[in-house]
Amino acid sequence: MTNSMRLPYVATAALSGLLFGAGLYVSQMVDPMKVLHFLDFGAIPTDGWDPSLAFVIIAAILVMFGAVRIGRRWRAPLFDGHFFEPDFTGIDARLVAGAALFGLGWGMSGICPGPAIALIAFLPSNLWIFLVALALGSWIGSRFMPRSREKGAGFAAAAAE
Amino acid sequence: MNAFSPIPALIGGGLIGLASAVLWLGNGRIAGISGIFGQLLPPAATTALWRAVFLVALVAGTLLAAHLVPGLGVGGPAGRPAALVAAPLWTGVPTPVWLAAAGLLTGIGTRIGNGCTSGHGVCGLARLSLRSLVAVIVFFAVAVVTVAVARVAS
Repeated sequence: MTNSMRLPYVATAALSGLLFGAGLYVSQMVDPMKVLHFLDFGAIPTDGWDPSLAFVIIAAILVMFGAVRIGRRWRAPLFDGHFFEPDFTGIDARLVAGAALFGLGWGMSGICPGPAIALIAFLPSNLWIFLVALALGSWIGSRFMPRSREKGAGFAAAAAE
Repeated sequence: MNAFSPIPALIGGGLIGLASAVLWLGNGRIAGISGIFGQLLPPAATTALWRAVFLVALVAGTLLAAHLVPGLGVGGPAGRPAALVAAPLWTGVPTPVWLAAAGLLTGIGTRIGNGCTSGHGVCGLARLSLRSLVAVIVFFAVAVVTVAVARVAS
């Protein structure tokens, strides 16, 4: 059995997901208008700007920064053979183009992938349209990725398991 | 109307950071939602189980929190009903088409850019990744310009 199929590993994923979902609700990032009121810099002079999102992301970064520091002193995570550092390291046109397309979609909707999935809890109308489009877009995007590197990540994972 | 809520924002952000910390120190995985979701689609490997469990738990966590701490805003028994945005009237685009386009762009962009607000924004910046910093600056800047041009927040 591979590491990622074992109970402690899957339970860790479940705990992480629970905390993540709770955080999205408590911070109200599940409300697209709250996100858009952060992105609406034009409202700063009229006191309509909501800086909450910055507080959310800074708090999250600080906690994760501590975890990264702890992880650096460990040889491996608790339930697998090694840390899965991201495969891609360079800054290239693909990164910038991808981030720009995502920024466009995010600005149009006020929804990034986390809240899109968390919103299944409340089933607002039209959510399924967004989720199906998100899945389709992700699949289309994968066509533009170099296959060898994606496979490489798979092999690295398989080798570790 | 300014609905600035610094305390729930800090607590909620702390929970998101804790979620990322648990997944990193437990399983050595980045809690990037676009990656966890996108790589669940075929051809899914042995990692499909934990990815699916994470996403189901994420929905459950949102639902649970909305019942434990009701009335924070949107969702849950005491909250306003959650709603997606309507397409800005001036565009003349029907709302479903607007949302489908937004979802498609978000899907393509997060896949070829290898991350979204969580993977690049939280985990990448916490790892002091220059690549993630570039991604975050670009997607925030484009989102701010999009909101200003589309006037979708008003």
